[in-house]
Amino acid sequence: MTAGNTKIASDQYDRRTMDWYIDKFMQLLMFVCGISAIIFIISIFVFITIEGLDFVIHDLDIGEFFTSQYWSPSDEDDPEYGILALIAGTASVTGLAMVVAIPFALGTAIYIGEFSTGKKRESLKVLVELLAAIPSVVWGFIGLSIMNPLIIKVFDVPVGLNVLNAGIILGLMAAPIMTSIAEDALKAVPDSYREAAEAMGATRWQVIFKVVLPAAKNGLLGAVLLGVGRGFGETMAVLMATGHSVNIPHSIFDSVRALTATIAAELGETAVGSPHYGVLFTIGIFLFLITFLINLTADLVVRGVRKG
Amino acid sequence: MFEISEINKRNQKTQKLFQILFMMMTVLLIMPVVAILGMLIYKGGSIISVDFLFSNPTNGMTAGGIFPAIFGTVWLVAVALLVSVPIGVAAAIYLSEYAPDNWLTRIINLAIINLAGVPSIVHALFGVGAFVIFFGFGTSILAASLTLAIMTLPVVIVASRESLQAVPLAFRMACWNMGATRWQTIRRVVLPNAVSGILTGVILEVSRTTGETAPIMFTGAAFFLPFLPQSVFDQTMALSLHLFVVSTQVPGVPEDLPYGVALVLIAMVLIMNSLSIAFRMYLRGKKKW
Repeated sequence: MTAGNTKIASDQYDRRTMDWYIDKFMQLLMFVCGISAIIFIISIFVFITIEGLDFVIHDLDIGEFFTSQYWSPSDEDDPEYGILALIAGTASVTGLAMVVAIPFALGTAIYIGEFSTGKKRESLKVLVELLAAIPSVVWGFIGLSIMNPLIIKVFDVPVGLNVLNAGIILGLMAAPIMTSIAEDALKAVPDSYREAAEAMGATRWQVIFKVVLPAAKNGLLGAVLLGVGRGFGETMAVLMATGHSVNIPHSIFDSVRALTATIAAELGETAVGSPHYGVLFTIGIFLFLITFLINLTADLVVRGVRKG
Repeated sequence: MFEISEINKRNQKTQKLFQILFMMMTVLLIMPVVAILGMLIYKGGSIISVDFLFSNPTNGMTAGGIFPAIFGTVWLVAVALLVSVPIGVAAAIYLSEYAPDNWLTRIINLAIINLAGVPSIVHALFGVGAFVIFFGFGTSILAASLTLAIMTLPVVIVASRESLQAVPLAFRMACWNMGATRWQTIRRVVLPNAVSGILTGVILEVSRTTGETAPIMFTGAAFFLPFLPQSVFDQTMALSLHLFVVSTQVPGVPEDLPYGVALVLIAMVLIMNSLSIAFRMYLRGKKKW
């Protein structure tokens, strides 16, 4: 290892020079930083569990927690901890967002990846990247001040802060990320597939529809899943654009409240250690586990395609 | 014999149709960026002035400037970078230079994906539980920045790993053959060749950190403070939270004020992002190998 340092090596027949120790030390340091992501993800789970544990043990009624639609944790005499309406809020907004985002994201990915070349392709990719960079609080503000009056005017409804508003906003937020992952998945399909199909006389469209899309299926599914995860966990935009009223929606013009937004809106008002404080951390544990599951599935799905 | 048959014509037509459909989708997806920017400039442009950027809010935040919020955001981002860049780059070095292809590496990669995928509000809860309460930092710049640092760590790791892996193996081999240790090779050969790529990742992280709101709401950012923070143990105002506050929490805000705040915030984020993209393209053009 320290062949360059012949003097020391020949004097002592020992490779453990200063450089050797530095090398070993740095390797250890890099390793510790390398596993830091694992340490952090575990400590996130541990710390939110510590804060929520007291509530989970003493006050939590799992059945009521998931099936009751009554959420009034700050009621002193008879607090209610049902998150069904909040789950419905999150699910309806995320669902609508996916209806908006999936076709646009896949369509854009196909257009960028298969139909455009050179400068056009580069500039489209940059624009998508910039769209992804807009902070969620700005999206929330757009929902609040631009979409809100627009929805009231166009659909003639009393409140513009509702599932529709948040769904569109969230769809626009999730689409760019899904686009770039989907485009990567299309790019991962070997060119020889396309060449073979084109040699058989297939048109561009037939190549895409019959060859590229089936080959990229898993990657595209992974992109959609990551988009769902992103929509599920979005906080500020959903807090500002949903109308924030606890409600199981019956139409897209109903106001709802999301799981994430509930934590953001109420954590500041609760006393540390109170049941209300504990239930918010319990929702946090629930969110953590759900997004963990979504990300894990997405990873497995994408990995499946790499092996095949 | 080589005439275009009916079936070919129909295929060509379908192809044209779908190409136009996908193009319209792309345009519809990208249009919002342009529309939003235009709207923000149109409604908020008039309020932007040197005075707005460099004076304190007055009249219960319904008038005056946003200087403390900008100042606080710079603080938060700077402290977060101090933590996440060394750890992130070191983690990337481990993954690119040392990590064998085994289960541990797979778990590390999975953890990175999950760290990026955990909802920002859960990061906020973690920040409260760990830094504010357990480590006793209180609601402070330190607690908020550490939360931001952990949240944006994947951005640094992924970008750095990519630029480290782009350095050809031959460079390393040449260096090893000269008798250099692994670390000497990394320090003298790999890092200098990857540093500009790492820098684009860092700029991207600055942009991400600037816009985050939920993770700092309960860990260190305050709605309103009459003074500027003196140390990392003070609370601070932040631009992203300020936008939330003036657009939802404060009654009687003149209409153009939140637009102005949003414009400043989005300008900071997009300028950083464009810088990162431009830098990346410049590097790609310059690359010698």
